[in-house]
Amino acid sequence: MKGPSTLNTVNLKSRLAALTLPFLLTAIVASAQTTPAAPATPAKTQAVEPWKKIPIPPLHAFKPVQPRRIELANGLVIFLQEDHELPFISGSILIRGGSRDQPADKVGLVSLYGEAWRTSGTATIDGDRLDDQMEAKAASIETEGGTASTSVRWSSLKNDFDTVFAATTDLLLHPAFKADKLDLAKHEMEAGIARRNDDASSIATRVAIQLAYGKDNPYAREAEYATVDAVTLKDLQAWHDRTVVPNNIIVAVSGDFDGPTMEKKLRAAFEPLPRGEAFQSEKITFTDPKQSVNFVDKSDVDQSNVFIVGLGTERSNPDYYALSVMNEVFSGGFGSRVVQDVRTKLGLAYSVGGSFSASYDHPGIFYVQAATKSVSTVPATQALLAEINRLKTNPPTPTELRSAKDQVLNSFIFHYDSPDKTLQEQVTLAFYGYPADTLEKYHDGIEKVTSDDVARVANKYIDVSKLAIVVVGNQSEITPKLDTLGKVTDVDIAIPPPPHGKPAE
Amino acid sequence: MALAMTLSFAARAQDLASFEKRTTVKVLPNGLTLIVCERPEAPVFSFYTLVDAGSADDPQGASGLAHMFEHMAFKGSTEIGTTNYPAEKIALAKVEVAYAAYDAEYRKRVGQDKTKLEQLHKVFEDAQAAAQKYVIPNQFSEIAEQNGAVGVNASTGEDSTQYFWSMPSNRLELWAYLESQRISQPVEREFYKERNVVQEERRMRVDSSPVGRMVEQFLATAYVAHPYRRPNVGWESEISQVTATEASAFHAKYYVPGNIVIAVVGDVKSAETMPILERYFAKIPSGPRPEPMTTVEPPQVAEKSVIIREATQPFYIEGYHRPDYRDPDDSVYDAITDIFSNGRTARLYRSLVRDQIIAAEAQGFSGFPGDKYPGLFAVYAVPLPGHTPDEMRTAIHKEIDRLKNEDVSDAELERFKTRARADLLRGLGDNEGLAHQLAEYQTRFGDWRQLFRELDKINAVNKADIRRVANKIFTDSNRTSARIEFVAPQHPTGGAK
Repeated sequence: MKGPSTLNTVNLKSRLAALTLPFLLTAIVASAQTTPAAPATPAKTQAVEPWKKIPIPPLHAFKPVQPRRIELANGLVIFLQEDHELPFISGSILIRGGSRDQPADKVGLVSLYGEAWRTSGTATIDGDRLDDQMEAKAASIETEGGTASTSVRWSSLKNDFDTVFAATTDLLLHPAFKADKLDLAKHEMEAGIARRNDDASSIATRVAIQLAYGKDNPYAREAEYATVDAVTLKDLQAWHDRTVVPNNIIVAVSGDFDGPTMEKKLRAAFEPLPRGEAFQSEKITFTDPKQSVNFVDKSDVDQSNVFIVGLGTERSNPDYYALSVMNEVFSGGFGSRVVQDVRTKLGLAYSVGGSFSASYDHPGIFYVQAATKSVSTVPATQALLAEINRLKTNPPTPTELRSAKDQVLNSFIFHYDSPDKTLQEQVTLAFYGYPADTLEKYHDGIEKVTSDDVARVANKYIDVSKLAIVVVGNQSEITPKLDTLGKVTDVDIAIPPPPHGKPAE
Repeated sequence: MALAMTLSFAARAQDLASFEKRTTVKVLPNGLTLIVCERPEAPVFSFYTLVDAGSADDPQGASGLAHMFEHMAFKGSTEIGTTNYPAEKIALAKVEVAYAAYDAEYRKRVGQDKTKLEQLHKVFEDAQAAAQKYVIPNQFSEIAEQNGAVGVNASTGEDSTQYFWSMPSNRLELWAYLESQRISQPVEREFYKERNVVQEERRMRVDSSPVGRMVEQFLATAYVAHPYRRPNVGWESEISQVTATEASAFHAKYYVPGNIVIAVVGDVKSAETMPILERYFAKIPSGPRPEPMTTVEPPQVAEKSVIIREATQPFYIEGYHRPDYRDPDDSVYDAITDIFSNGRTARLYRSLVRDQIIAAEAQGFSGFPGDKYPGLFAVYAVPLPGHTPDEMRTAIHKEIDRLKNEDVSDAELERFKTRARADLLRGLGDNEGLAHQLAEYQTRFGDWRQLFRELDKINAVNKADIRRVANKIFTDSNRTSARIEFVAPQHPTGGAK
């Protein structure tokens, strides 16, 4: 069973990147069901509703412990979160600058950097020996390239903290990028490129993002053989030198340690670093997509993947609260409109969902998605469009509004039910420059949303003339034909061949 | 073994003794097992309901039924999801009568009457519409979500079916009500619409996925007798013809209290919680536990292989039959999995990915598609561009031969044991994971404590065991392989008309 999904761009991108079989096998082995439900508005409720008589005592008083924030003179920010339940200590070093900031002719650079950094190792210990050392302790140090940042994360039993942390800072400060490890990372990326047209839902997701943001937008562009091939060891070192300066870094540590002792160790490691140039992302422009029907033919499937996409918003938008409630009404759970209609009532899809999503410092994506058998491609797409339009014409009923807000507010505790979640929240807010009390404000903001607010934002932000339809399916099986929906544009997904005839050996 | 000592649950006594103090098990008179584990870190709890029946228990001709029923468990009960159950019950009975009449005509091998079939289908549709009038769609899940449930979900495996979510702890009694309702008095409403949803799920997971199609053929080939040969989502012909009557019968047979274990973990006090749970779960009528399965997969006598030639990227997987989880060598298979697959020190990574540079990924894993009955030890590799499934096979066999002919190193064996200990510990700091583990070990071994005692079995694994087990199962005649061989498409993809 699969719940209604709320995806942001990052999730979408990582779904595309996933080539791992365990994921694929799991998907087949443990087929599961989950159905979101639409708001129930029965004509006459004669039922006794016995659950309403069950007492709900007040929730035990609980105030999550906030991490302690320390800012060093060189600009590096530290968050410390003690958690003594288990004998582990974990940490992350978040560094500004990510794939959105890499040059267009070297797309893939930040991924390759994230991979080869750790596998290459340091000036004193190579990556393979570091693997031996860490894994013998059931410890880990990993580097990764993300969209807005790169990171080093470590974790170990607390007794191994000193050695593992020393190795982590060695990696942070003295990497030794190696040609064979860069090649290895390139081979893995090339495998991903070669395989990216095998899975219909990945194709649909990728094309949807490209339509929403624009094909060349830094949040949408794809690594190609040529852009991967163009990345050199020098590029990795230059990226490192540019980004790894203390005023671009947030360090977060959680686990079974004594705060003051840990502070001392972190100060000793990071205070000597000289301040560098603050990382600045270039301004990225966004243009709404055009109303269009875009099609990719895939002859080996019996199901169409349908996306309807446009631009979303930013979390700093004052309308974010009303939009969040709108999302709940639209697609937020088993009771949401799109699930209730397309899945439960019409039985047209197993996988169905959507969100007017918000990112921290750039517009998210507004998407609505379903996977349906070839012959229901057109009716399912029309059903999704009808639900989008209904957001504007039919504001939430009092029951829908209550239900949507209850879902958000009654589950609010799950934003901070572990010390690590509280820590991660604060790190994210600090990274994007949001106030530390953003979560409390969100709670209050949701409480105040009215049905009129939802109607207002639905009319303000949803415009079908700025939404693109993407269908990936089997043309020979799709009836009625797709042009019922409008003029169809074929999307070319052919993979540009490698620059030298074949991928690097 | 010095290392073992340093790892021995130093912090807040995260050991068996500490868990025994805060974990309570109660078997109710009807046979249902309840486990309550106190972990008061935050005012929330997670539950995990494990039904000891999965798709391996699907009746002949109705593959996918366990999974279909799992979907239906979200459709409510006699009290939830209906405006008038007595009337709805009559209407649903008419749906079954109408469907049976349609189905009888539909399945006629000779003399099917098209006009009559259409009429019968109309009667069936009308009956569904009549029953639909009483339905409050998705009310069950909606009550849960309005009350703060997160991660509302379920899954069906070959071996078992499980239901789970997390909630604020002041909703414990509400959850007990909801859970007892769907276990004891589910209603098969909107069955035939959900049947369509499940067919979409099959199209997504299997028909439209190259790896999904390959794995389905792989298992259908590796097994000749045991139900592990069938896809757990079901064959298309069977899930498109299954009925609500069959789903009810499946529930009656397999969802008896004696076949169910429920674990609750979080901000709960067992002294207060047990009586509440008893109030809701003790009244479920008991029934006989389903008889154990008779089918045992016979020994494989010759290597089998599947070759799929199509326009998708190449892939290679092979599997070897192994005993079920109760086998004394169970932990030896874990050791082999760890040494083959875990991290960048793993043999398959170092050999196929790092040194030979022929695969993007290569791993082995145990107990596929299940381990309640003898499953497979499987190994797969994803070829890099320009490399073939044959090269994967050769490279994998080289690693298997090494395991058969040479002892593993001290470092490899020690690393396996160290990581097993650390993994157990890491799993204890999380309500959902813990509820899952407690319910699963209780079901599998009749005692959740086995979760901790597994470490003794792991510590006992030695080099000779690994060689012995490798020589026992990694034989040519015990192998089934499946591969995708790339064949250029007739016409290029990319929006071509």
